[in-house]
Amino acid sequence: MRVADITSRAHPLWLAYILHRMSGLGLALFLPFHFWILSLALTDSARLDGFLAFAEIGAVKLAEFGLVFLLAVHMFGGLRLMALEWLPWTPPQKTLAAGATAVSFLIATLFLMQAV
Amino acid sequence: MATKTLKVSIDRGASDPDIFDVPAHDNQTVLDVVSWVQQNTDPTLSYRFACRVGMCGSCAMMVNGVPRWTCRTHVSKVVRDGAVSIAPLRNLPVVKDLVVDMDPFFDKWVGAEGVHHGTLTRDDPIATVDETSPARVEANAGIECINCSVCYAACDTVAGNPDYLGPAALQRAWTLLNDAKDEGRLAILDAISGTGGCHNCHSMGSCTTYCPNELDPMSAIAGLKRETAKSFFRRGR
Repeated sequence: MRVADITSRAHPLWLAYILHRMSGLGLALFLPFHFWILSLALTDSARLDGFLAFAEIGAVKLAEFGLVFLLAVHMFGGLRLMALEWLPWTPPQKTLAAGATAVSFLIATLFLMQAV
Repeated sequence: MATKTLKVSIDRGASDPDIFDVPAHDNQTVLDVVSWVQQNTDPTLSYRFACRVGMCGSCAMMVNGVPRWTCRTHVSKVVRDGAVSIAPLRNLPVVKDLVVDMDPFFDKWVGAEGVHHGTLTRDDPIATVDETSPARVEANAGIECINCSVCYAACDTVAGNPDYLGPAALQRAWTLLNDAKDEGRLAILDAISGTGGCHNCHSMGSCTTYCPNELDPMSAIAGLKRETAKSFFRRGR
């Protein structure tokens, strides 16, 4: 019996890895559906209108937040991975880059909130 | 101090682990606990150790699901509700109890060209090494590996792909690639860019997280990925 290999994964680097993988899988499942809905504009516009009305429901809007979240974490996960493997940065440089990303994200959010 | 006991469960390959009550002390390593069991309760318990000071790399085991060098792991750091679970290292065949067969680990070390590729003879003058050159700094970062196989046990890619060379062997290849005395660049690049090579690594980082000597095999493998890519675009140089 191997008791063993669960807790050995609970660290930030592995969690970042699995978040990137899972968000990618989620997006891969979503994309065909997304293109199919877009294709309805050409093939069956009445059905598309029906879907757009359905998309106005609160629960569906909430699910769209999930999609935006998946897109965001997958994009940042990909940028992180490329930086990790292609830029031989020192730990202080990595901290600086992460800090700069966090600050720019904060400023962007503030602007967005003002715009809303 | 009142006599306290630890509940130590040791995975010996049966469906349930063996449970032992071991006297607890203020200063006690996981290796001390295993040795106590073998010396006082069950002399048939097999395990491996040599130096007891974190240099030889022979006593690594899974402790509460985490690969660790047991001689430098204090029980107080890992104990949970008075209990510790100990199992043989993951990703290697078990010989008996806590002893694993290290052959696959060392075979991959050689498979990654983790051997010296010298060109000089004893009659040549000793090659000078510039300790401050970027390549030497890069090589120095990885040379304190004690071959304990903790990174190999921590790696999920090793678990999923038996051909994968693993973090320790690839880190060794990276140190040799940056070593001014080593002339095996082409052989190393060839060995580590193949089927089980560096491009299997998913940068999960368990190797770097759990390396007891605080080395960074994940970054070393990233270095190999860059070198193989550069070599590809320069057509094999």
